[in-house]
Amino acid sequence: MGGNISAVIGVFSLVSVLAGALFAVGRLRGRRGIATPGQRATYEVLHTAGLAAEPLRAGLNPAGAAKAARHLRTLVGAEGLALTDTDDLLALDGRGAHHRDQLRTAARRVIASERSTVLGEAELTCDRIDCPVRGAVVAPLGGASGRITGALVAVTDGAPAPGLVQATLETAHWAGSQLALAELDSSRERLARAEVRALRAQISPHFIYNALTAIGSFVRTDPERARELILEFAEFTRYSFRAHGEFTTLAEELRSIDRYLTIERARFGDRLQVRLQIAPEVLPVTLPFLCLQPLVENAVRHGLSRKPGTGMVSIEARDAGAECHITVEDDGVGMDPATLTAGIAELAGSTGDPGDDPGQHVGLSNVDERLRSVFGDGFGLVVETGVGSGTKVSMRVPKFHPGVRAGS
Amino acid sequence: MGNDLVVPAIVAVTLVTVAIGFYGLRLARTTSDFLVASRVVSPTWNAAAIGGEYLSAASFLGVAGLILKYGVDVLWYPVGFAAGYLALLLFVAAPLRRSGAFTLPDFCELRLGSRRLRTLATVFVIFIGWLYLVPQLQGAGLTLATLAGSPYPVGALVVAAVVTANVALGGMRAVTFVQAFQYWLKLTALAVPAIFLALQWQSDGRPAVTPPDGATFRTATTVVVEQQAVLTLADGQTLEVRPGDELSFAEGEPVPEVSGVANGATDWLLPSDAGSDDRGLFGTYSLILATFLGTMGLPHVLVRFYTNPDGAAARRTTLVVLALVGVFYLLPTIYGVLGRIYTPQLLITGQTDAVVVLLPEAALGAGTTGRLLAALVAAGAFAAFLSTSSGLLTSVAGVISTDVLGRGSVRGFRLATVIAGVVPTVLALNVSGLDVSQVVGLAFAVAASSFCPLLVLGIWWRGLTDAGAAAGILVGGGAAVTSVLITVLGPAMTGWPATLIAQPAAWTVPLAFTVMIAVSLATRRRAPADIGRTMLRLHAPDALRS
Repeated sequence: MGGNISAVIGVFSLVSVLAGALFAVGRLRGRRGIATPGQRATYEVLHTAGLAAEPLRAGLNPAGAAKAARHLRTLVGAEGLALTDTDDLLALDGRGAHHRDQLRTAARRVIASERSTVLGEAELTCDRIDCPVRGAVVAPLGGASGRITGALVAVTDGAPAPGLVQATLETAHWAGSQLALAELDSSRERLARAEVRALRAQISPHFIYNALTAIGSFVRTDPERARELILEFAEFTRYSFRAHGEFTTLAEELRSIDRYLTIERARFGDRLQVRLQIAPEVLPVTLPFLCLQPLVENAVRHGLSRKPGTGMVSIEARDAGAECHITVEDDGVGMDPATLTAGIAELAGSTGDPGDDPGQHVGLSNVDERLRSVFGDGFGLVVETGVGSGTKVSMRVPKFHPGVRAGS
Repeated sequence: MGNDLVVPAIVAVTLVTVAIGFYGLRLARTTSDFLVASRVVSPTWNAAAIGGEYLSAASFLGVAGLILKYGVDVLWYPVGFAAGYLALLLFVAAPLRRSGAFTLPDFCELRLGSRRLRTLATVFVIFIGWLYLVPQLQGAGLTLATLAGSPYPVGALVVAAVVTANVALGGMRAVTFVQAFQYWLKLTALAVPAIFLALQWQSDGRPAVTPPDGATFRTATTVVVEQQAVLTLADGQTLEVRPGDELSFAEGEPVPEVSGVANGATDWLLPSDAGSDDRGLFGTYSLILATFLGTMGLPHVLVRFYTNPDGAAARRTTLVVLALVGVFYLLPTIYGVLGRIYTPQLLITGQTDAVVVLLPEAALGAGTTGRLLAALVAAGAFAAFLSTSSGLLTSVAGVISTDVLGRGSVRGFRLATVIAGVVPTVLALNVSGLDVSQVVGLAFAVAASSFCPLLVLGIWWRGLTDAGAAAGILVGGGAAVTSVLITVLGPAMTGWPATLIAQPAAWTVPLAFTVMIAVSLATRRRAPADIGRTMLRLHAPDALRS
């Protein structure tokens, strides 16, 4: 019995000494050379990856994809490599050019299903006798927020080995994150642009000029009213020039619109009619600062300009479960939807040539962009208009959105 | 039984509710006066609206029925239903409003930043909502069956269809004034008949509620038994009755004692004897915990707090709710007590939940006054079913459309409403045997063992982690849900297991708190990094924020 135990202890201690020695040798060897094969491999992989990353950071376009595909092919170790966006093959490096169509359809399928797939010989039939292509691995490229922006296709001479599949998947994952970074860059740019435009859109010089003129006309005839209007104007500019806070509540925004309309009514008199339907439940809803007021300014301008007689502006805010629906409507001359779309597209481009009514588009696209960047792409502005039939702008605001908070 | 005024009254209430839901906003708010338009909802209006949404069939019918049946023991139901707002006021109202969260899943995401926890909370919101909807539909079926003589499923189906269609088509979108109107309608519908009943009782020479030699039938009565029971007749004979049996009693004949309910004066008037058996005491504590702590976890109540402009207004609103709800709960108690005198046959039939709607005619006779008052009560009861069901359905459909079906479009919301409406309807058609208030009590127990710990710890303890919250909800809430499912679907039980299952809150609530704290401490590293900022947002006074 005692012999047994000592034998067990002996074996155990022997094994642990051996293991310790192995561990120590491993550690020492790891420290010794500067360029072990492992280190060299790491260096090479990272270097190639760096080369591929540069074109990818510009986003998915044919030129960048062509440059990136070469390095990615080295990285994966495949005979051919192709990059696609959501509907077309952007670049192909190495073998497989005559399989383009098959690869494109496979990539579309992968993008639709968001799952990688392996193509065998059966799916890659061709009539060339000397064709060496025997298989391909197709993996989706994930962009920011998990959206699939394209696919990576690795073409091989033999049946796709598990190693190739793994390498392709990992490479696709890495490339996807590079694309996500690219998207992040571009959205940061968009944000900066939106901010600049927001500053510009906050208060229109025309409005200041018109308001002061209107107030001036009352100074002699009705000093009391002129005084009130000046105070309203002061309050209005205080809110509009507010330096802090990206968000505000619907109640605050409406209060500012009230001041704005008071001043405009002093100018237009009975020509300007206002109709309001505000559900009191949605007054505490938080929304981006100054995202309703530009719409009202547009409606006033649109409802009254180039049109005889009175103009009606109606503002409506309805409670809709977890959302609040806001519409601003005027019965003015309206516009051709095509002009509006073209105007917005042009402005989104860069400079924005001041056309006949430049503030219109700046206001709308600025609000639209800010709503989308805060709440997501599903929450943009909806504009319904036609020549001679007025304009209706509607927006949906969720009652709660993480990261949105009044006064911050 | 047939009261020809009841159906018109119910139809009128339904039509008015639907019409105001669709056109109320247009009528109330077409104005070009900004000062009126941008005026926020005052705490008083908001409180009345919360009351309107909260006072459900359980409050309107169930409480009186329970008091008729069990006496003073069940006074904890109305007390707890009202006092739940005290816990809400003390721990939750203002910080929750300041957080900006609209629903409970929103709060989870905001405080703990976890999508998975949000999903879990969604599941519980849906379960609690459905569990709470079932007794509303059940009450509707019962009321119509009692007053208009229709079969039980008709009332449940009618209310379910009206409410589902109304919510799906966009009416009843939480319009504050409609819900506030519902509160005052319900209060009137109980208070006015209560005054007449009290006068009648006075003129009858104030008959004792528990006469020394047992209750007697005031008129010749024929009773159709609807639940199996054992009757003990005045001469000591026992008689086993089954559903469908008909018994006739002459005027002045003593009411037989019924098994399973409080019969004698001492039994009914005094708390059940705690010394001999701890089960009653345990059940009472369970009930108190569930109702005190469950109110803060009710999905349709919490969304109403969003209407308040800030934390201070939320707190004032809660205080007013406490007063309004407190006043209301005095009335069902009166009905339960008077029911003991005027409608003792309900003890034998087992349909005690019908006492509120039957009492006016039983006490005042089938003359015009009695029939008018009965119609008024029925209208109030329908207002209760409609408002509470609409609020619940809107909440449940809202979370289904945003969290289950994905970002909600109008079509998604409609689909969600239909899904949310069908499930409780099917359940309500199958559980007609349970007391309305007991099912509601179970919903409170689930809310108290899942969302109460989440809210209280989430608001007052920095150390809560998403893993801890999820574990607490799963274990505590899961235990409560299991108890509910066993109660509703499982076999009948006796002894301690039956008590633990029927009134689970006293063990599931501490369990949920313990698990939540223990797991949070074990996963301390997962505490959100921006906890300081979140806490500041929840607790800093409103004046500091702008």
